[in-house]
Amino acid sequence: MTIKSLEDLRKIKAESQLQTKARKSNDTQIIIGMGTCGIAAGAREVMTAVLEELAKRNLNNVSVLQTGCIGMCQKEPLLDVVRPGEDRVTYGPVSPSDVPRIIAEHLVNGNIVEDLVVAKIPNKE
Amino acid sequence: MALVRAHILICTGTGCTASGAKDVLAKFDEELKAKKLRDEVSLVETGCHGFCEGGPLVIIYPEGTFYTRVKPADVAEIVEEHILKGRTVSRLLFKEPLTAEKVPNYDEIAFYKKQHRLVLKNCGHINPDSIEEYIGADGYEGLAKAILTMTPEQVVEEMKKTGLRGRGGGGFPTGMKWMFCAKSPGPKKYVICNADEGDPGAFMDRSLLEGDPHAILEGMAICAYAIGSDEGYIYCRAEYPLAIKRLKKAIAQAEEAGLLGQNILGTNFSFTLHIKEGAGAFVCGEETALMASIEGRRGMPRPRPPFPAVKGLWDKPSNINNVETFANVPYIFRVGAEEYAKLGTEKSKGTKVFALTGKINNTGLAEVPMGITMREIIFDIGGGIIGGKKFKAVQIGGPSGGCIPEQLLDTPIDYDSLIAAGAMMGSGGLVVMDEDTCMVDVAKFFLNFTQSESCGKCTPCREGTKRMLEMLTAITEGKGQDGDIEKLEKLAKSIKAGALCALGQTAPNPILSTLRYFRNEYEAHIYDKKCPAGVCTALIGYKITDKCVGCGLCKKVCPVEAISGEPKGKHTIDPDKCIKCGACMEKCPFKAIIRG
Amino acid sequence: MVENTSEKSWEQLDQLLNKYRGTKGSVIPVLQQAQEIFGYLPKDVLIKISKEINVPISQVYGVVTFYAQFHLEPRGKNIIRSCQGTACHVRGAKAVLNAIREKLGLKEGQATTPDLQFTLETVACIGACGLAPCLMVNDDTHGRLTPEAVRPMIDKYRNQ
Repeated sequence: MTIKSLEDLRKIKAESQLQTKARKSNDTQIIIGMGTCGIAAGAREVMTAVLEELAKRNLNNVSVLQTGCIGMCQKEPLLDVVRPGEDRVTYGPVSPSDVPRIIAEHLVNGNIVEDLVVAKIPNKE
Repeated sequence: MALVRAHILICTGTGCTASGAKDVLAKFDEELKAKKLRDEVSLVETGCHGFCEGGPLVIIYPEGTFYTRVKPADVAEIVEEHILKGRTVSRLLFKEPLTAEKVPNYDEIAFYKKQHRLVLKNCGHINPDSIEEYIGADGYEGLAKAILTMTPEQVVEEMKKTGLRGRGGGGFPTGMKWMFCAKSPGPKKYVICNADEGDPGAFMDRSLLEGDPHAILEGMAICAYAIGSDEGYIYCRAEYPLAIKRLKKAIAQAEEAGLLGQNILGTNFSFTLHIKEGAGAFVCGEETALMASIEGRRGMPRPRPPFPAVKGLWDKPSNINNVETFANVPYIFRVGAEEYAKLGTEKSKGTKVFALTGKINNTGLAEVPMGITMREIIFDIGGGIIGGKKFKAVQIGGPSGGCIPEQLLDTPIDYDSLIAAGAMMGSGGLVVMDEDTCMVDVAKFFLNFTQSESCGKCTPCREGTKRMLEMLTAITEGKGQDGDIEKLEKLAKSIKAGALCALGQTAPNPILSTLRYFRNEYEAHIYDKKCPAGVCTALIGYKITDKCVGCGLCKKVCPVEAISGEPKGKHTIDPDKCIKCGACMEKCPFKAIIRG
Repeated sequence: MVENTSEKSWEQLDQLLNKYRGTKGSVIPVLQQAQEIFGYLPKDVLIKISKEINVPISQVYGVVTFYAQFHLEPRGKNIIRSCQGTACHVRGAKAVLNAIREKLGLKEGQATTPDLQFTLETVACIGACGLAPCLMVNDDTHGRLTPEAVRPMIDKYRNQ
């Protein structure tokens, strides 16, 4: 790696920020239920699918968080999408093959994937 | 490659490593692998966060959860609960000392909330061994801006506009220093970084060197461009092995990236850097002594002028700044002088890093804007005095500085207000003292230090510090005489006026300032033969009062069998046998033993 | 550390001197690395250094005695640097130092144990004030010490 210009420097900066992006909290979040029931139902595989899909689409501004059991075990694996200023939407049961659709439709285009919705939590703001 | 969803940042600075951070790191690696999480969770070693008290420190992102005093045995739980299930392990959260409230988030802790971190911004948040992470955090942008868009003269002018003053002690305007050296004729000039942080109680430079080494390199390179130098030295004390290791690695990385060495960023500007290890002499923090030491001679100061800007290292014009000063430079050139100068007071711009130590709850590094009060630093950031005891004074500026008593706690801090109060900014070490600290003993402590570190070249310092130390020792041993205080004052003033370098000139400061604010303590030692704080062993004794119920604990703990008494009867101490260790007083459950 | 006068040490010294021959300002780094090879700086080593890098022996001796880091006497296998800086001082470093002395059986003015296992010295500040009182054993820093805590620590190093 040799840096010969400001452009070179900026390029390395952008690459580096991609790797360290998880060190800040984003307003857009994907939250996966990782309680015992969630993991038993396949939440790990869903998590992996989410990370792969985000990487594929180069989505830098999404935080992937995990949460414990929220008491809807029959609907696990559960996946929540939070977008600033919008209702929080809970999807379930989610399989890894549903993940690209949720990310493409909801996260990128802003259209809720109605057939997978379990619940919507109204935005309080 | 899948994206990393979480980062576990583990501080492996000197402080946290001493508290066992390396074992914690190894355990995290093991646990993450066992749970097959290693690919999606990144494990990052960082430099010092400046909160060594709570070490080993672990921060987990994206939540920004701040765990303190993490032990290897806690790691499995953190991985299982936090990383896997997203539940905070609340027993490991930081607890505010004053309210006992648990605070989950790094930025919400009172210790950090009141700080304004420009210089320490990256410390603890990036991997110091990775140039990519430094660049990701806006690194080397200041250098690029300076050498690609500005002339050297413009760089010097910009520096002058910031109003930045040297952070190593004297507080000389940095832009002026650069200008003198830039104007000095000659094809060969040197840039030197003074990393010989010797003030006992100051460790901000160590944290910077360990936590953000590239910032120092970038600052030095900008300076080299400004003054027309192609070679530089970092003089780092050998007591900081980790700092030296990280600097070496950073220099190698920057050279490989074309940000140091020949033709930086494809321009004609070249700058190579060397590291020199100090060999253990406090006086080498003085600039002329430091240069003598780089040249391989005894580190003795010489008279100035000629100043280093004219005749410095190997008689060539040299510019020397300390670590924290250089660490300010990249930020300045990124945001511009005007933006920088908005912070601080009229004559002291920017921020200052203070090292909070002593009898204070949150020991660590606090970076605050100039002009904040000492009360805010000690009570809001520092969390007050340990054990709820009474504040007595804070010593600032190490062996060259002075103390600030309670009545001056609300004075805004800058270079000039501190000098008016009889102290000085120095390197910014703050040692907090409570009611159990004897101010005469503190003055003696500092004199002992300067006396043994005096290089011996000039008489006022070599002989004067010795005589003052003798007098202070006599006073603390109950042999003080009427007239001693006046003699001390007279001698102190002569040394200040007569010594060759700053070490000697400032050596009397701790005495003068304790005399100014705590004269009554000196008088108690000399006239009443008493040490009010109960520190000077020759002047204290222990007595057992009527509260004694005869439990016999004190008798058991006494190492010299000076205590006698029957079970359930009142005990007594034989003053001839007593060695005044105080063990009995500490042990007594009924508080029946008092000093006196 | 290597046996003081083994041939290997002298060979290493030769290599070191070759590396620095002709470099200006090399006295201190040469002495530092020579001390690393021999454990201390014996007279013969100083004479050789003086001749090879062409600096008068008086000047070399002056440098050695000026800096706290250089030693003319053999030193212990483990070096304990007990911090007596300001922060450590007000948090009880004296008691810790006394406990180490007692544990090592060192008399007043004695720094190295007769079995050459330990050398105890005091330093002004090692920059770990947040963990006062603290000390260094070789390159490891230990903090938040008490007299009780240092005794087992010394045993640990003795057995290594």
